[in-house]
Amino acid sequence: MAKQKQNYPYAAETSGYVLALKGSDASTATKEKVDKVAHVFQLIVTYLFLALMGVIIIFPFYWMIITSLKTGEEIQQSVQTFFPHVIRWENYTEALTRLDFPVLLRNTLLVGIISTLGTLITTILAAYAFARLTFKGRDFIFMILLGSMMIPGEMMVISNYISVSRLGWTASGNYFGNFSAMIVPFWVSIFYIYLLRQNFKQIPNELYLAAKVDGKSDWEFLWKVMVPLAMPTLTTIFILKLMGAWNSYVWPNLIASGNKNIFLITNGLRETFSAADNVNDYGAQMAATVIVTVPLLLLFIFFRKYIMRGVGRAGIKG
Amino acid sequence: MESKNNWKGWLYLAPVIILLAVFTFYPIINTLYVSFLKDYNYLNGTSKGFTFDNYIAVLTPFSSSGGGLNSMFDKVMRTALPNTMLLTIITVPISIILSLVIAIALNSIKILKKLFQTVFFMPYVTNAIAIGMVFTVIFDTDYGIFNNIFGLDHHAWIFPSPNVPGQMVNYWSGLFAISFYIVWHSLPYKILIFLGGLQNIDAQYYDAAKIDSAPKWKTALKITVPLLSPQILYMMITSFIGAFKEYNSVIGLFGSGAGAFDKNTGPANMSTMVFFIYDQVAKNKVHYASAASIFLFLIIMLFTLIQNQVSKKRVHY
Repeated sequence: MAKQKQNYPYAAETSGYVLALKGSDASTATKEKVDKVAHVFQLIVTYLFLALMGVIIIFPFYWMIITSLKTGEEIQQSVQTFFPHVIRWENYTEALTRLDFPVLLRNTLLVGIISTLGTLITTILAAYAFARLTFKGRDFIFMILLGSMMIPGEMMVISNYISVSRLGWTASGNYFGNFSAMIVPFWVSIFYIYLLRQNFKQIPNELYLAAKVDGKSDWEFLWKVMVPLAMPTLTTIFILKLMGAWNSYVWPNLIASGNKNIFLITNGLRETFSAADNVNDYGAQMAATVIVTVPLLLLFIFFRKYIMRGVGRAGIKG
Repeated sequence: MESKNNWKGWLYLAPVIILLAVFTFYPIINTLYVSFLKDYNYLNGTSKGFTFDNYIAVLTPFSSSGGGLNSMFDKVMRTALPNTMLLTIITVPISIILSLVIAIALNSIKILKKLFQTVFFMPYVTNAIAIGMVFTVIFDTDYGIFNNIFGLDHHAWIFPSPNVPGQMVNYWSGLFAISFYIVWHSLPYKILIFLGGLQNIDAQYYDAAKIDSAPKWKTALKITVPLLSPQILYMMITSFIGAFKEYNSVIGLFGSGAGAFDKNTGPANMSTMVFFIYDQVAKNKVHYASAASIFLFLIIMLFTLIQNQVSKKRVHY
């Protein structure tokens, strides 16, 4: 204390409080310095870690793209190249013809869009009933729906396969049946009903009452007020559902059972390039995976917000 | 008005209830029913009466077909179940810890945060089978970049090399490759959920830690993890269920045959419980598929209940 008084003689005349603050000045400065160094060090480590993980995440995409442009000889070099010496675009034309891409795209879009539109309609109606209408048994039914989400889908797949087979929907040549089998069971999604119901509930009740005063029916209110207001959530559902159709493999594989005319894109990809293919084929194979991956990444780039919000919503209830 | 709304509500729900009744609720009961039918023929609905044989065949070596090679018992209890269990035990903790660390790191930076967030989310918006095929190329025995980078000479991860006569794939190599892929593929969703949780944590907790000048790792362990425990529990349960239903990754990496391993090193292939179920459906043995799916459902239920019970003491809401 005495020493500090010497350093700050004028402070000594004022209050002890100021003196104490001034006195700790030196050590605070060094402490701040140490803190700063530690902070910078921590930042560097954090960025290095994130960059390393980022490279691991990105690498398969990078490798897919450059392999899709390589020639067979280059792929089979003993030391792998990180950029193709000779760019071979023919891999892509080869992949497109071997995949029978137009047929796969047509089938996938047909199934994707019709099942998505159907889901949107059932989801809007059900979410409205759960969010706005009051009727006996509403909460009970809602609980049952949420509870059934816990049961593994595989149990339903088995019986649904039996059902559609009995209906003749799996018979080869019955295109209407085949596509119905790929579409109709997916016209309902409990998770999206839950998502949209939460959204509908946020819409203030005053709007509903005002619409009632204007003589609007429930039906009109739903389509003219609720649906436009819930557009962001509906877009999310649309995108996620479309991506689901693009990525679906199991069910269409069972329904098609080898019939290439009704394959969806993922089935076509897997069947065209069987896993035991030779290395010469890797170029075309990777070109095919690029063709399947790029539309998804484009959707992601344009609808990033909608996708991440929809996916992230699932965890909030946790 | 209340009574008027009663039928109106059900009218709005009608499409959903009809679809669910046909494609969700009826199938649950029917699958349970079929699992007790002997030699069920799904095309004409005939069977040889009620039996426990399907469960006995799938779960025990004591059925008429025995427990030998390629019996149902061999396919489930010696192959699919151990594979599924190992994949779960390996991938769930690794992916949860890794995604938690990444989320905490992401949450602590400002510059480039958006870019990193986008990069880390990319594996989510991919086709599991397409990217699985990319990993097959990366893990190629002769020309794979993985062997190349780590200087491994013709090490077989997924398929044996045609240039090395008689080469077999070691089971644990195959398990490593698929676990690597599953973790890679499952990170984005977990990071997204954890990051959402982190952003909801009140900043005053961290201010308090700063005043106490607690080190960063201690802050993470003593403040972040407990406050994030609801998300961690949610993630544990859902990734557990997801790992138990692993299927697309197997098809993507090993193809529709689930690969073939050196039998002296472990199970003969990478088939999982769900792989077995779909395989049996495709082979018109829906009664075995049903029994296996009920078994899978019970395992999932049991583990979910245990996790819930254990976490009751540890989760802070």
